[in-house]
Amino acid sequence: MKQEFQIISDLIEKNTRVLDVGCGDGTLMEYLKHNKKIDIRGIEISKDNVQKCLSKGLAVIEGDAEKDLLQFPDSSFDFVILSQTLQAFLSPEIVIKELLRVGKKAIVTIPNFGFWKVRLHLLFKGTMPITKNLPNEWYNTPNLHVCTIKDFYNFCENREIKLDKSLALQNEKISSINEFNLNVKNLSAELGIFLIER
Amino acid sequence: MNKNVNIKKIVIDKPLKLDCGQTINNYSLAYETYGSLNEKKDNAILVFHALTGDQFASGINPITKKEGWWFYAVGSGKAIDTDNFFVICANVIGGCMGSFGPNEVNPDTNKIYGTNFPVITINDMVNAQFNLLNFFNIEKLFAVIGGSMGGMQTLQFVSNFPDKAKVAIPIACTASHSAQNIAFNELGRQSIMADSNWANGDYSNQNKNPNKGLSVARMAAHITYLSKNGLQEKFGRKLQERDDLKFGFDADFQIESYLRHQGSVFVDRFDANSYLYITRAMDYFDLIKEHNGNLPHAFENTKTKFLIISFTSDWLYPTSENKEIVIALNAIGADVGFVEIESDKGHDSFLLNVPKFLNTLGDYIKTTYSKN
Repeated sequence: MKQEFQIISDLIEKNTRVLDVGCGDGTLMEYLKHNKKIDIRGIEISKDNVQKCLSKGLAVIEGDAEKDLLQFPDSSFDFVILSQTLQAFLSPEIVIKELLRVGKKAIVTIPNFGFWKVRLHLLFKGTMPITKNLPNEWYNTPNLHVCTIKDFYNFCENREIKLDKSLALQNEKISSINEFNLNVKNLSAELGIFLIER
Repeated sequence: MNKNVNIKKIVIDKPLKLDCGQTINNYSLAYETYGSLNEKKDNAILVFHALTGDQFASGINPITKKEGWWFYAVGSGKAIDTDNFFVICANVIGGCMGSFGPNEVNPDTNKIYGTNFPVITINDMVNAQFNLLNFFNIEKLFAVIGGSMGGMQTLQFVSNFPDKAKVAIPIACTASHSAQNIAFNELGRQSIMADSNWANGDYSNQNKNPNKGLSVARMAAHITYLSKNGLQEKFGRKLQERDDLKFGFDADFQIESYLRHQGSVFVDRFDANSYLYITRAMDYFDLIKEHNGNLPHAFENTKTKFLIISFTSDWLYPTSENKEIVIALNAIGADVGFVEIESDKGHDSFLLNVPKFLNTLGDYIKTTYSKN
C-alpha cells in the first residue's frame, strides 16, 4: 500500500462522508472503505478508470473536477481528498476553492517540485525534471501547474486557508512542516500532504 | 398475436387508480422469469422493458421465435446472470404481449378497447408492476434495471418505493421527456393515424390492420435509435442486391431495405394502438414537474444505490439528460455511480453487444451483491 494512502487514511475520522476527487482506479477509495467506516464517493475524468471503479461497486461518477464539483452542495462532505492531482488542473486556485466549499476539510497532496533531486536535474541536466511522481516529458505532461511545498504553504497563508496539518513524506518517513523548517522540508521531501480548511 | 403460446399472467385484484383519473380492476399482467429465487429472497431483479419490448427479456421469445430483447445482458453467465439472480420482467400495461392493453376485450362492451382504453403513464406502469413483489413474496428487490423507457420506470420505481430496491440502474434515459423525443413520438403516432386502416383506433373490431402506418412509425423511430456514424459504417451508400441505381423508388440502398425490413417484422409482433399509448406514456413522463421543478425531491428518502449509464453516440437520450439525474442524486447525497460508455451504436447501445457496457454492468451487479 502506498504510504501516502496510509497517511491520508490516518487524517480521516471514522463515520464521515468523504469525496475522492480524481479517484483513479479506486485503490484509495477501497483502502479507505476497508480501513475506516466511511461513506465514500469518487469523481474521475478517465472513462477506463471510472469503469474499473464501478466494477468494484464504488460510487464513482465520471466527471471533470473543474466543472462537476459544482453539483455538490456546500459542506456536503466531511473530507474531500485530492491526491497528486492539483498540478493537472487549468485553474488549481478555483479547484481549491471548490474543495473547501464542498468539504468541511480537504486533504491535498502535491508532488514537491522543490525536492533536491528535481532541482539538481534542472541545474545539471538543464532539461525539465522527470521524477517518480511526475514521470512525463514537458511536451506531453498533463501537469500544467507544478508547485513546491513552499509554494502551496505560502498560497494557503496568503489566502487565509487554515493549515490544520502539513506533512512531508520522504523515503517512507513522515515529518511535520512548520514555518521554521519550511525551507528544509521543501528541499528534502518528495511529497507534501496538507489538511486544510476554510 | 399467437394465442396458442402459453403466456404467464397474474390477475391483479387490487384496484389501481390511474393518473388519468380512471380506476382499473382485475387487470392482467403478463410476465416471465429467469433463474430462481434463493431462500433469503434477496436475489430478485426486476427488469423494465423499453417502448417495444415485452416480458421475454432473455432466451427465445416464444412469439417471435427470436432471441429475447435483452439477450446480450440477461442470461446464464451474462451481466444480469440468471445463474445467480432471479430476473422478473413484465409486459407494461398498455402493451400488447398479454398485459392489460388496448387490444384486450373491454368486459363492459365485449369489444376490443382500441382508443377507449384509458391513457396510461409510466407511473401507472410501475404501480401495476409493483404487485409482482407481493405475488413472488419478495420484501425487497436486489435491483431494478432498465434502459430507455425501462430507465424511466426504474427512476419512477425508486421515487414511488424508496425502500424496495437495494440498487437501481437506469440506463440511457431521462427524468423528463424532451421536446425532440415528444416530436419523434408524435411523428410515429401521426403515421399510424394517417393509415386509413387505423379506423379511429377501432381496426381490431373491424378486422383491419394499420400495418403501413405502424411500419413507417417503426422505420422513423429506428433511425433515432442509431447514430450517424453507426449507419454510415454499416450501410454507407451500399446498394441492395444490384450493381447500379435503378432510377426508381424501389429500395436501391441497403439502408432503405434494412428499414423496410425493420418496419415489416415489427407489425407482426406489435399492436398499433399500444404504440400510441406507450409513446404517450413516455411523453407524459416528467419526474421534474411531478416534483415541482425539484428533481432531487423525487429521491429524497431513498437509500437505494444508483448506477447511471449513458452512451456517447446516443442523441435520443443524450449524456446531458442522464447527467441531470446524477446531479439531482448528488444534491441529496445519494450513493451514485455514473459512466458514459464509448459506443457508436447510438441509443440502441444498451441492447447490443457493447462489451465495455456489459462488463461494467455485470461487475457492478456482482460486486454490489456480494458486498451486500
